[in-house]
Amino acid sequence: MSIENNNEFRPKIVAFCCNWCSYAGADLAGSSRLAYPADVKIIRVPCSCRVNPMFILRAFEKGADGVILCGCHPGDCHYTTGNYYARRRMTLLFSMLDYIGVENGRTRVEWVSAAEGVKFSQTMNEFVEKIHSLGKNVRLGDLRCKN
Amino acid sequence: MYKIAKENLSALFQAIAGEQELYLPVNNNGQVNFAAWTEGADVDLDTLKSVKSPKDAFFPQSENLYTVKTEDKKLKVEPEALKDQDFVVFGMKACDVKGIEVLDKVFLVDPVDTFYAARRKHGTIVVMACHEPEETCFCKVFGIDCADPVADVATWMIDGELYWKALTEKGEALTAKVAGLLTDADETKVEEEKKAIRAIVEKLPYSDLSLEGWNGDVLLEKFNSPIWEKLYKPCLACGTCTFVCPTCQCYDIKDYNTGSGVQRYRCWDSCMYSDFTMMAHGNNRTSQMQRFRQRFMHKLVYFPANNDGMYSCVGCGRCVEKCPSALNIVKVVKAFEEQGGEN
Amino acid sequence: MQELVSRAKELLANGTVERVLGWKAGDLPYNPEPAYFYVEEDFDNFVYNGFCGANLSKYMIEASKMEGKTLVFLKPCDTYSFNQLIKEHRVDREKAYIIGVGCKGKLDIEKAKKAGIKGIESVAGADMSDACDTLTFQTIYGEKTCAYADVMLERCHVCKGKEHVISDEVIGESNDTKDAERFAEVEKIEAMSPEEKFAFFQKELSKCIRCNACRNVCPACSCRKCVFDSTKFDSAQKANVDSFEEKMFHVIRAFHVAGRCTDCGECSRVCPQGIPLHLFNRKFIKDINEFYGEYQAGADTDSRGPLTNFTFDDVEPSIVTERG
Repeated sequence: MSIENNNEFRPKIVAFCCNWCSYAGADLAGSSRLAYPADVKIIRVPCSCRVNPMFILRAFEKGADGVILCGCHPGDCHYTTGNYYARRRMTLLFSMLDYIGVENGRTRVEWVSAAEGVKFSQTMNEFVEKIHSLGKNVRLGDLRCKN
Repeated sequence: MYKIAKENLSALFQAIAGEQELYLPVNNNGQVNFAAWTEGADVDLDTLKSVKSPKDAFFPQSENLYTVKTEDKKLKVEPEALKDQDFVVFGMKACDVKGIEVLDKVFLVDPVDTFYAARRKHGTIVVMACHEPEETCFCKVFGIDCADPVADVATWMIDGELYWKALTEKGEALTAKVAGLLTDADETKVEEEKKAIRAIVEKLPYSDLSLEGWNGDVLLEKFNSPIWEKLYKPCLACGTCTFVCPTCQCYDIKDYNTGSGVQRYRCWDSCMYSDFTMMAHGNNRTSQMQRFRQRFMHKLVYFPANNDGMYSCVGCGRCVEKCPSALNIVKVVKAFEEQGGEN
Repeated sequence: MQELVSRAKELLANGTVERVLGWKAGDLPYNPEPAYFYVEEDFDNFVYNGFCGANLSKYMIEASKMEGKTLVFLKPCDTYSFNQLIKEHRVDREKAYIIGVGCKGKLDIEKAKKAGIKGIESVAGADMSDACDTLTFQTIYGEKTCAYADVMLERCHVCKGKEHVISDEVIGESNDTKDAERFAEVEKIEAMSPEEKFAFFQKELSKCIRCNACRNVCPACSCRKCVFDSTKFDSAQKANVDSFEEKMFHVIRAFHVAGRCTDCGECSRVCPQGIPLHLFNRKFIKDINEFYGEYQAGADTDSRGPLTNFTFDDVEPSIVTERG
């Protein structure tokens, strides 16, 4: 195998996955041998509600091209209600990012249960494709991280 | 003495900027600040004071010191290059220039700050007389004459013409470069303007402010005064006063993790912030009263005590204009004056 | 104003309150400062006029920690902040005696200066007893006049109303100063293309000098230690870099007060660089209204804030992409 497309754009994607559903979903995707691009880096969090808006901005700052948050389906949160709060927070944050001119496809929330390995891999494939079409994140990155 | 018509100034700026960097007051979204000249920049010489002082040109709010990178498992340290190109700062005011003099006392004494020294060496200052001083100005208190400012080149804007007078070698060199745009002029109008400005300065509400009793000898007396406890109350502990000040010189040094290395940079710090001087020992000022006191004690007591009586306030009045709680150095001085008998 | 002073003196004298929190005349005609008054003589320089824009609710956080009651003068919009602080247990209702004061719109001296009025020696027309339609400035460079409304703070043009939502008594009349739509500016930005939006905010935020005045003046920003003050935090709160820090700071600052911000407009008032910071807060308020129902922070003291609440059928975050 030759390494020809060295300069091809490889997006950096950060996926925050909750410990109880989505991370298990990712696990299932792996053990079921479902493929999704290696550009997705998973960060495991106790609950989707743990994700502070700052985490998302920080990911973009350090060079992420897309950030996705996965949690249990509404109603299924291990902590009963965590994902309901996360849902409100992310809605407002994404709307704000859209408002300041960040392309709105760069952020996404998806509910993935432990049984949804297929959904996990599909979601990630779709998301990576979306980020591919959007290209590199230039609006939220820190210039100091570019060199 | 030369002059140039106001409408030809853009040609002058273009001529200067063609050879070297040019910093001058530019209106960006309604706020006038010193910035690099670019084609089409909205240059504003009529606004008396820029929001931030022009000290940025010599001592930027944040600047890189060095970068550390990993290459082949080895660390590589790249120091930031010192300023090695000449540049011009156009349109500073007499108080701003005095502010630079204060910074010199800090950065050009041993150990010399090389970044600052390089900028000072390559910078040419064109100062402008203050056509219409404002009520917040009190430079006279510090012996500054805004009618007859001193720098490399002094200029006066009179009736749509800029009068130009080189005062130093650097100034002569700059004048020679743009000589084609300047025409000869006599000094009568400038002398009249000086008189007019001085007459206005006399009328300013703060011009009779007295700094009697502010020196190193009264250090403890002032330090322990109960007045501070009253004065600091409205202070919100923001850094506005320190960041708009032409003489505040404190900075912090921090590391920024770029993911592939580290950038060590310095940025202005403010004695109003709770983590000021936290650094290594962690034994910093713990109350806002102490932080508030520090700022004014430094300007009016510590600095003159260490610098032959030179205050590190130049009376530009920026803090007077910008403080969210309407506190300022003048109110501090006046409060001590009122309580003079009791302390 | 005299009415305020005599009532305050009375309450001090009969021991109802220990101190009075109000405004003290400054040394220029337009720079009164928030101040405490303890004895009768202190009131010699008490002032309440069009330049008393400062929201004293912020100071009540500290005052609540002091011994005894504090009399505080609150304008109608300030009372929303106070209510919100009660809800968050940041102030003690029992330790405050609130006198609601009338308001005829507060002034922004910067606007007068921008209009070319300089060398100001005195101002007439800004007192509460005045009609408040014209301001007359005596300056070193002659007399200048301008319309009161032209020098009013942005927040007064979208005034929340004349009603004090919390008070022990009310003194003085208020004017209706609202003459603009609260969300008009936000809607204008929403209608822009992503490129225009980005350029707009980049230009505004590149002016930021990281002085933190917007944060420190904010009654909702009542954390004792701010996340941006942490020395262990990766990005220093003081660095001013044109690329990211400002955006991070302002988005997060607004987010941290989302659902709690009463839109008192102090952040925009104090910004030394004139950045329209309320545009961030108002965007959150507008979204909250649209997604979760009308909500005015500080209108009451017991409802749950929109970000500490939820319903089972809330909109999904994908609404942001779907609405186009």
